[in-house]
Amino acid sequence: MSATSPDLDRLRRIFPPDRLLERAAELATYESDGLTAFRSRPLAAVLPESAEEVIAALGWCSEQGVPFTARGSGTSLSGGSVPVEDGLVIALNRLNRILALDPQDRVAVVEPGVINLDVSRAAAPHGLYYAPDPSSQQVCTIGGNVAFNSGGAHCLKYGMTANHVLGLVAVLPDGEIVRLGGPRAEGVGPDLVGMYCGNEGLFGVALEITLRLLVRPERFRTVLAAYPSLEAAGDAVSAVVSSGLLPGALEIMDRLAIEAAEAAVGAGYPRDAAALLIVELDGEAEAVEADFARLEPLIRRTGASSIRVAADDAERAAIWKGRKSAFSAVGRLSPDFLVQDGVVPRARLGEALTRIERLAAAADLRVANVFHAGDGNLHPLILFDGRREGELERAEELAGRILRMCIELGGSITGEHGVGLEKRAYLPEMFERDSLDAMWRIRSAIDPHLLSNPGKMFPGGEAPALAARGLHPLERAGVLSRV
Amino acid sequence: MRIFAPTTREEVSEAVRSLPRVHPLGARSKPALSAALDPAHTLDLSGVRGVLDYDPAEFTITALAGTPLAEISAVLGEHRQHLPFDPPFGGHGATLGGAVASGISGSGRQRYGGVRDFLIGVAMVGGDGAVVRGGGKVVKNAAGFDLPKLMVGSLGTLGALVELTFKVFPQPETYRTLRFEAGGFERAHRLALRLAAAPFDLEALDLEPAAVGTSGHAVARAAAPAWRVLVRIGGPADSLLERERRIESFAGLEAEPLDGASDDELWGGVREASWLPEGHRLIRVPIAPTEAQPVEEALGQHGENGSVPVRRYAAGCGVLWLAWPPQRSLVELDEVLSSHRLAGQVVRGEAPCGLLGELAGLAFYRRLKRALDPQLRFPDLADLQAPRAAPHDRRAAET
Repeated sequence: MSATSPDLDRLRRIFPPDRLLERAAELATYESDGLTAFRSRPLAAVLPESAEEVIAALGWCSEQGVPFTARGSGTSLSGGSVPVEDGLVIALNRLNRILALDPQDRVAVVEPGVINLDVSRAAAPHGLYYAPDPSSQQVCTIGGNVAFNSGGAHCLKYGMTANHVLGLVAVLPDGEIVRLGGPRAEGVGPDLVGMYCGNEGLFGVALEITLRLLVRPERFRTVLAAYPSLEAAGDAVSAVVSSGLLPGALEIMDRLAIEAAEAAVGAGYPRDAAALLIVELDGEAEAVEADFARLEPLIRRTGASSIRVAADDAERAAIWKGRKSAFSAVGRLSPDFLVQDGVVPRARLGEALTRIERLAAAADLRVANVFHAGDGNLHPLILFDGRREGELERAEELAGRILRMCIELGGSITGEHGVGLEKRAYLPEMFERDSLDAMWRIRSAIDPHLLSNPGKMFPGGEAPALAARGLHPLERAGVLSRV
Repeated sequence: MRIFAPTTREEVSEAVRSLPRVHPLGARSKPALSAALDPAHTLDLSGVRGVLDYDPAEFTITALAGTPLAEISAVLGEHRQHLPFDPPFGGHGATLGGAVASGISGSGRQRYGGVRDFLIGVAMVGGDGAVVRGGGKVVKNAAGFDLPKLMVGSLGTLGALVELTFKVFPQPETYRTLRFEAGGFERAHRLALRLAAAPFDLEALDLEPAAVGTSGHAVARAAAPAWRVLVRIGGPADSLLERERRIESFAGLEAEPLDGASDDELWGGVREASWLPEGHRLIRVPIAPTEAQPVEEALGQHGENGSVPVRRYAAGCGVLWLAWPPQRSLVELDEVLSSHRLAGQVVRGEAPCGLLGELAGLAFYRRLKRALDPQLRFPDLADLQAPRAAPHDRRAAET
């Protein structure tokens, strides 16, 4: 931070008082995000209504040496949109226009504050939809999805956010505007759009995003199978994937998650099950029916205690409603919880779950499991009571042990939530020094003054201006060096 | 001159450290892409080969970058799996690393997407000789910057690829192709767009002049040839006939069906571009489906010397494959593409350069180049572009 305090008057000339929030009460909303354990007080928040205002806000930050955090609805589960202490929050929710939608080229051009589900709503009259569907899709924004390469329940078959972003216009932290990709499904030269996605807010702000739309599958076959153990459900997943079928979604919930979902939304799940498996086939009607004719007997052979096939859209929606509400539902069981996002190779799911159970018992904490079994993406929800002495620390320690286990099993510390604030200490355990060094050089080449959402992804939490002038925390720790 | 033919990651690092300039190449199945580079700086990666890790139940495979696509296909095929983006030129020895560095996918990308959608992990040697990894070995991963995406289409300009991990999918039990003789371009194009927007799960959706055989002899020389639409479906054999009938009824046209060996042969020919007439340059131009019409108007014309380039539209009109006649200059094509704000890649045939038209995002590329190859050991994208007279050099202005 510069020695003198930033010149807010100049910011007041860009934003009218109702769109420049400076009072503590107004800023409270912007102090944290979906990872409620972290909180910090920004200097101010601005609510731009045009790309020009975003560019002007970045110009002010650059001139004053003030770090900034762009955010949408603040649903990040990794603390990705927790502001920098005394930094500027750029809230993009008002940039929520769908600028173009071309049903023939099957693309939509949107502003960053557009809500994920609104893209599919706008595309629906053309028989199209936007595939990535994070559980928070009713509120989370495309800008945030791009920054964190968000996932959802359909990633094995359809990929993550980056796979659905074809082009974007972004303002880099030092004010340069870049156009990457375009309206075409393929490109010539390095895939810069793909590289931009998942930057965790470190590459400035995406102002205009071109999304690929898919034709809505005409047929879904959704099966809900109950199992007497988590292992049995895990084995069923292996049986499905090694059969040559490619379901659109493969999801598992454990007993605690089932109870919570039932209590919250009454999805009609069998309450006596130790684990529930949701398998969904989607696509062309005859192709789905042909696959379903193979799936059904296969599921029957996996030892399920009950099997339900959704008869219509309403039954399918009910099955998904329980699953998608699981996070918030588990929240009702406990005053606080942490959601983890590790990934393990699918074949080691059973082993991972057994180890999580053991780790939880050792930490004397309850853990509910909801996960994307098709891609090995675990979501253990660690329940704790922050008012009890030491419980938050124990919960964080347990979360850390689970992450280390994921790395050890050959997986990743994050499947779809991003590293953010929460898991930055673990990035060096996943990547060797040379790789981290290269990623740090990329970060520095794009944001030389380290103003764009500093403190995320990379370990260390020092004031960004200090890091820019002196040693990077990683360097100080001997983890990396600039050759 | 010391020839560098590394066979391990370490040897690639050592070679990069000891050479002032390095041009990584695979099996040269797409030779025009590197035609502009001085062969004295070639780093031949075709010896860095072999499958490292493949577990069919995991849907992932890891292999060294110089591994031939044919070897990968054979290994995956034993478990009825494949690389769904259908990388071309396996019959010409193409390697996995070349498929990534060129960023080229085949007609099969129609179903699930291109190489960018299936590459999930990379190890590459950057300009300082260090091995840099990005992504990982699991199909879903959001940790760190997405270096695998950056390597797609990087053309050896940001580092030498050494190890690659892909997501793989089950391969359909059987395939069947419907060949619609659709008449003039407008009609054929309209049919292709309608099919692409319908809820059919198509493995491929290509548009080609009816006179283009896959044998490479017959060439459409007319400016306004008849066109055919090729629709490939895949799945359990018992479902294909019903699906075929439905597609025909949707198209309002009868199709000639191809299956078994004739289906294989057709798409094998497309994969190897065996339709490319002798002496022609093969050029890949990504387009948006609705751009096919203006592109067709601009390129489907006789040149001054009477020659017409052959056009073939792949992946639901998402990629134009162009056979550019030997008697016409690439400078002319470069200008046409630029005026339509399109970029092209010369893949095969005699050419002075690999890149044509307008490239997007060069300012962003420069920053990444500086970060990954500050010593400028690897070529720059600019080294691969068509040389231009200063007034036309829009790209210089952009950067």
